[in-house]
Amino acid sequence: MGTTTLTPRTPAEIRPSIFTDEHEELRGSLRSFIARELKPFASEWEAAGWFPDEVFTKLGDAGFLGLTYPTEIGGQGGDYLSGLVMKEEMAHCGSGGVSMAVAVQTDMATPPILKFGTKDQQEEYLRPAIAGTKIACLGITEPGAGSDVANIQTVAKRDGTDWVINGRKVFITNGVRAHYCTLVARTNKQAGYQGFSLFIVPTDSEGWSVSRKLDKLGMRSSDTAEIALDDVRVPADALLGEEGNGFPQIMWELQGERLIGIAGSIAGSRALLNRCIDYAKERKTFGRPIGRNQAVSHALVAMEEKIEAAQQLIYDAAWSFASGGYPVQEISMAKLYGGIVTNEMTNLAMQIFAGSAYTTAVDIERAWRDTRLIRIGAGTDEIMREVIAKTMGL
Amino acid sequence: MSMFDGSQPITPPSGIAYPLFREEHEQLRESIRRFVDKEISPFVEEWEEAGDFPQDLYLRCGEIGFFGLKFAEEFGGSGPDFLAAAVFNEELARCGAGGVAAGLGAHTDLASLYVGNYGTKQQLERWLVPSIKGEVIGALAVTEPDAGSDVASLRTRAVKDGDSYVIDGSKTFITNGSKADYVVVAARTGGEGHAGISLIVVEKQTPGFSTNRLQTVGWRTSHTAELFFDSVRVPAENLLGGVEGEGFKQIMGNFGWERLAMALASNAAAQKTLDAGIAYASERQAFGRPISKFQVWKHRFADLASEIAASRSLTYHALRRYVLGEPAIREIALAKSLACELDWRVADECLQVHGGWGYMMEYPVQRAWRDSRLGPIGGGTTEIMREIVAKLHGLG
Repeated sequence: MGTTTLTPRTPAEIRPSIFTDEHEELRGSLRSFIARELKPFASEWEAAGWFPDEVFTKLGDAGFLGLTYPTEIGGQGGDYLSGLVMKEEMAHCGSGGVSMAVAVQTDMATPPILKFGTKDQQEEYLRPAIAGTKIACLGITEPGAGSDVANIQTVAKRDGTDWVINGRKVFITNGVRAHYCTLVARTNKQAGYQGFSLFIVPTDSEGWSVSRKLDKLGMRSSDTAEIALDDVRVPADALLGEEGNGFPQIMWELQGERLIGIAGSIAGSRALLNRCIDYAKERKTFGRPIGRNQAVSHALVAMEEKIEAAQQLIYDAAWSFASGGYPVQEISMAKLYGGIVTNEMTNLAMQIFAGSAYTTAVDIERAWRDTRLIRIGAGTDEIMREVIAKTMGL
Repeated sequence: MSMFDGSQPITPPSGIAYPLFREEHEQLRESIRRFVDKEISPFVEEWEEAGDFPQDLYLRCGEIGFFGLKFAEEFGGSGPDFLAAAVFNEELARCGAGGVAAGLGAHTDLASLYVGNYGTKQQLERWLVPSIKGEVIGALAVTEPDAGSDVASLRTRAVKDGDSYVIDGSKTFITNGSKADYVVVAARTGGEGHAGISLIVVEKQTPGFSTNRLQTVGWRTSHTAELFFDSVRVPAENLLGGVEGEGFKQIMGNFGWERLAMALASNAAAQKTLDAGIAYASERQAFGRPISKFQVWKHRFADLASEIAASRSLTYHALRRYVLGEPAIREIALAKSLACELDWRVADECLQVHGGWGYMMEYPVQRAWRDSRLGPIGGGTTEIMREIVAKLHGLG
């Protein structure tokens, strides 16, 4: 002190939230679109284990698939946070599967094309993805390499100017219906972490096949594929970004994927908490609302503490990421903590709604199943702890 | 909405001041950290042993300006800047002794702040100005043997008698109680319930006023005391704010900052405890390697660090609302409860990583374990925090 003069910030200088009025307007229009176009069909799609491809074109027509992409390529030119708003609102669509499939399109398979792709690749793959006319999937995981990305066995070999790709991919969201795949393959066995590259592989390429559509515990409306690549020949310009740079490129992609994924989960948790509070005020046992029992009300508030904390951590990480930072530790912490909280919330909702939640008539059981994936996908809890520990110098 | 028909771009926001603290706050943080490292931490063991810390520390904090952060220049302060005060709370919590932080905090965040917020001109001159200089020490006395979180049922009575109030009753668990030069006392001047409560300042030497210091599990350098008022006669001008019946409102109005301060301190203390736990685990060898290399500990540290990060984000969110002038009752209650519970849990886990040494008095972790246990009790228990939020939702 002494020499330091403090100029207090005036309230006008402090923003109450990371979002602007524009974001809130976007939130409003997303909310009504989702309530009208997606929510009413969620149960039907869940039962079918599939939702129609028109969901992509409808979202594309409305501009929602390109919120964060530049206008030159057909996007809306919004910032990273507008994508976050989108993901938060998708949590209200009633089906984790739809939300996840759309997030793969907007935040997992396509950001590398904008960041590392050529103009031609962007025209060929990004523009139609934004329009919803081409569906994308992301091919990282393999039967023998999940979180352990460095163990990827799929190989891309040069043959003249072409690349010939062989391998297996598994748990590929949108994989059954996708028009192309943003794929990680090994291009140099001797080069370690420098031996990976990204490719854009059209799914109508000869040798590409969906060996199985996997049946899942939750996220049932989304399609999950096992893919076989047998001598898939792609031209030189299928290479995305620099040869040998695939590992850092995919690590970068994973940061955005984790953050957007957990933002959606926690937005869903908050909505579920509100539903539980409303229900606890209505539902009566022994002549009074169950919410009058402290066993119920305090359990809900204890949950609210964690949901609110997770959400603010996500916002802090998102702010940093949106401002050009690369907050691996914060994002990993948000995903780890948020994932656990989300699962606690769906389990609490199961308990509050009790018998009715255990039936499929109320969609609590769906949320309960859907949310379980967040602690596995895009890096398990255990992998997050490893990443965090590493950033802490442990 | 036409804006999102796909034809018009969203303008990326620019120049948003989202981060809370500015450059000056970080400079302040550095200078407080240096002060704490040099003038507090090295003496903590000695002071804990003695069960006391020197009065001079108040004078030093006053001299440097730490007690003036929340108050205007006309009273000798440099603010009001509650972000700066938040930084002070966080850094002080890192000193390694909850009692020292509590002793200084009860003075500046409770007693001084009450006088600063509600005092008349004359009261500000008399108690706030010397409080900012650290020349006098204040305490706040609300809790009674039969009225803790349930403030509205307090029984200490202040009866108007000419130009005086005559106070009878008792208070308990009062931090700084047995050393304060002045005590802001909540007493009943009117009828039952919250409308009958007023705050009255009682000075140390007033006849009939006596104290009894209590032995505490942690916070051992803090003077936590019972106060007894036996026909204590104080001038009527000691009525804080000069109007009777305002006490309950005044107390409720200040709970926000008290709880925020506790949340801020708890997060900072938890981080400090975790850092020390990790440092120990990195040195201590078992089966030929540091125990920090065992995955069970690595992962537990990662979990705790994540929880602290989340708790800090929540507390800053509540602080943000508070400095924007909102009561932020829900956010503050959530933050206080989460942070204080977490601080103790972190201490418990870090005690565990110390193994047998965790149970010995030689390592500071035992003190963190004892000190942090007060968090979920003081300033409104965790249960009260949850009851507050439940009521806001129309539950209970």
